[in-house]
Amino acid sequence: MVENRPWLTFFSHAILILGVLAVAFPVYLAFIASTHPQNAFISGLVPLLPGDRMIENYGTMLDAGISTSGAPPLGVMMWNSLVMALSIAIGKIIISILSAFAIVYFRFPFRLLAFWAIFITLMLPVEVRILPTFKVVADLGLLNSYAGLSIPLIASATATFLFRQFFITVPDELTEAARVDGAGPMKFFRDILLPLSRTNIAALFVILFIYGWNQYLWPLLITTDESYYTIVMGIKRMVQVADSQPNWNFVMATVTLAMLPPVLVVILMQRLFVKGLVETEK
Amino acid sequence: MQTKRVVFSNRGLPYALLAPQLAITFVFFLWPAGQAIWQSFLREDAFGLKTSFVGVENYLRLLREPDYLNSLSVTGVFAVSTTVLSMGLALLLAAAADRMIRSRDAYTTLLVWPYAVAPAVAGVLWWFMFNPTIGIMSYLLEQLGYDWNHRLSGTDAMIMVVIVAAWKQISYNFLFFLAGLQSIPHSLSEAAAIDGAGPVKRFFTVVLPLLSPTTFFLMVVNIVYAMFDTFGIIHATTEGGPSQATNILVYKVFEDGFIGLNLGSSAAQSVILMVIVIGLTVIQFRFVERRVAY
Amino acid sequence: MAAIDLAGVKKTYPGNVTAIHPLDLNIADGELLVLVGPSGCGKSTLLRMIAGLETVTEGEVMIGGGPVNKREPAERDIAMVFQNYALYPHMSVRGNLEYGLKNRGTPRAEIDARVEEAARILEIGPFLERKPRQLSGGQRQRVAMGRAIVRHPKAFLFDEPLSNLDAKLRGQMRVEIKRLQRSLNTTSVYVTHDQLEAMTLADRVVVMNAGRIEQIGKPTEVYERPASLFVAGFVGSPPMNLFGTDELKTEAGGSLPESIGANTGTIGIRPDAVTLSANGNPAIAVTGTIELIEPVGGESHVYLRLPKTDRVMILVVRGHEGVSLAADLTVHLPVGALHQFDAGTGRRID
Ligand SMILES: Nc1ncnc2c1ncn2[C@@H]1O[C@H](COP(=O)(O)OP(=O)(O)O)[C@@H](O)[C@H]1O
Ligand SMILES: [Mg+2]
Repeated sequence: MVENRPWLTFFSHAILILGVLAVAFPVYLAFIASTHPQNAFISGLVPLLPGDRMIENYGTMLDAGISTSGAPPLGVMMWNSLVMALSIAIGKIIISILSAFAIVYFRFPFRLLAFWAIFITLMLPVEVRILPTFKVVADLGLLNSYAGLSIPLIASATATFLFRQFFITVPDELTEAARVDGAGPMKFFRDILLPLSRTNIAALFVILFIYGWNQYLWPLLITTDESYYTIVMGIKRMVQVADSQPNWNFVMATVTLAMLPPVLVVILMQRLFVKGLVETEK
Repeated sequence: MQTKRVVFSNRGLPYALLAPQLAITFVFFLWPAGQAIWQSFLREDAFGLKTSFVGVENYLRLLREPDYLNSLSVTGVFAVSTTVLSMGLALLLAAAADRMIRSRDAYTTLLVWPYAVAPAVAGVLWWFMFNPTIGIMSYLLEQLGYDWNHRLSGTDAMIMVVIVAAWKQISYNFLFFLAGLQSIPHSLSEAAAIDGAGPVKRFFTVVLPLLSPTTFFLMVVNIVYAMFDTFGIIHATTEGGPSQATNILVYKVFEDGFIGLNLGSSAAQSVILMVIVIGLTVIQFRFVERRVAY
Repeated sequence: MAAIDLAGVKKTYPGNVTAIHPLDLNIADGELLVLVGPSGCGKSTLLRMIAGLETVTEGEVMIGGGPVNKREPAERDIAMVFQNYALYPHMSVRGNLEYGLKNRGTPRAEIDARVEEAARILEIGPFLERKPRQLSGGQRQRVAMGRAIVRHPKAFLFDEPLSNLDAKLRGQMRVEIKRLQRSLNTTSVYVTHDQLEAMTLADRVVVMNAGRIEQIGKPTEVYERPASLFVAGFVGSPPMNLFGTDELKTEAGGSLPESIGANTGTIGIRPDAVTLSANGNPAIAVTGTIELIEPVGGESHVYLRLPKTDRVMILVVRGHEGVSLAADLTVHLPVGALHQFDAGTGRRID
């Protein structure tokens, strides 16, 4: 459509630029804060331009941490976050794709019941069953362990539904052709279904990695041993220093590093990210 | 339920395939949920030595407890404000981006990444900006003559957490609104333009009504988000304060259970939350069905 | 290579839908048998039971003399070509051709030789390394055929393999399939809803309707001596003219030749059997008004509105042979070319 309304275009750009700034500004400020010395935050206004302590601050945090706040070095926390995020993402994908395969490609007694059992998890976020779930994990001896951090979170109705939805769109003839070609169920799964699901798996991985990395309540509940702290929950320990202002430069270095991996994933894999987001909502 | 025309006929295999998912679902979801329901009918004595069955007593108490009623209304205000603010801004941005041809993708990239920021981290970012002594927002507000202090003022604290929650959710809403806008056929806008409607009028009379499925869907998603995914924001910043002003339901259930160790009450709160999620999920799914039927 | 025999085969789908009523069918070794009928009549169901993709509710399917009801599709040693080709989208053409052979543990050298051979026969050599989405519809169709022939199966099963092609390509591929089947001499069952395709391809045609066999025979037999009203109406284009005995009597001026029996309820005549002059043969003469003339190349289809019964008769004339729109025309239906069908059963009367 030919439309010549320069003021409207100008106005649109202005809104978008304002939006981008509003979105980016808090992060910019956090990064700036992480490059200044401790005494830049005693009074007055926070610094708005980069300081000269970036290397020292990040160096200190990565391999030493702040002893007073009881938080381990960032390196350890980031490693824990990575382990947790990867275990959750990969675990969820594996168990969901297998159960979706069972539900779509087989007919068996209690199939509907299994479907509903999985569906129900959609309605039971951790937040609403905190205490009893904690108790189960404690009884199983999974407190302060990677297994405890990840396994309880890897049942996922969303991922199962995504794969189910996708499998339904795979033409029946493909399955029949594979059967005529001598492929049994697992061979069909491995040779045909899995390769066809590649993009879906990748898109889901992006979403689930972010989901896993950003977990907060769960690690907060089940880790008391600092060597299992994840970085997102560790921040809280740092800002919680009794009766005094937090070490803002160190906190903000932590914040920056806590954001970096998932934000990079979104920016670098934007197409997959958008696909994952849209598909999981179907 | 829909299946394939052809299915494999193995007996045991489907159960084996489902086993991991079902085991985890049972152990970490269904069993604890059942426990929560069971416990919501029990009461422990002060020393935790004896438990007795008290029927719906825990629920009745909860509904008489001013703090709980307060939490309900705080959650309502928080969820509605967050939803309105986030969706409003996102729609504005999406409508602007939809007009762009060459720069649309660039703007999208620049706007979507906050999705990846953890709620707790987002909380700390803004908490820093609103810091009454050194924060830039409180400084600017002071220049405007407003004495900001979220540590003392419940309203200030609520405004802060709403801003954080909305800020984090804008990217999500933006993506869905933009997708919704792009799926509206150009011919409709063109027809309206030929009928003499200007861009603003077109937006309100043609675009917005056609966008209503997306809007409704996002509304449900945003309310669920504000109610259940914002624990980190509250915990990392206000901890429900000052004086209960930001104590939303999911934070209260954690506080009463883990810190107050009031099992019966916490369980009853869990059950009420479950009912709310189930209600919202049903609304969402019925709507999805209708969208498919369209 | 093998014969295929169906004995009392029946299919009932869940929900008590009987798609195939018990039927017998014997397909000779090396024969090309075409199952034809309107959509939903059960052709695919029958084919899929032979393939082992559907269970058989009753009866026995035999391939090469042995019962195969309990065998998996892969164990029946058949190959199938699907309407949408069902090529594995993530595998190259070569990968598609090799997959079935690999699953059977065929030695590498043998696989290569067979792929080579199929590629040569079907002229798909240049695309072997491409993915299916990089091919045109016709090329995909060839690959689907290739996937069947590399297997050297006992039988080929085709389910509307040409339906997704445009008319011209369909014609070409039809010829090619026929040639291929002749040279490989592999027993083939071919499903189509297109009667022209059936007539041109088949050694024998099976006309199906509502889960039952209406007629089995050579294409010429089916065309010249349709066994039932249904077959008469289904086979041939433009379709056979079918009139109630009374209708024809009215149009013919009150009487019909003696050869029309008492049980005859419907009388049919092919459009190309209707003549403009009687040429001295016994014939029924009817007069109508020309309503429409469709020129189709060397001949024309003329639609004649018969005034007394308000029915339309179609006839084929060479060129435009003295017909003009809105004119009245008297035509002759040679008695020898009439088909008679029983008033009660709809079966042919001779
Ligand atoms: N999986 C199925 N379940 C129930 N009914 C079916 C199924 N497949 C086919 N049918 C029914 O069986 C009949 C024959 O179908 P089909 O063999 O596909 O016909 P054709 O291939 O001749 O078009 C149809 O009425 C169809 O609706
Ligand atoms: Mg069919």
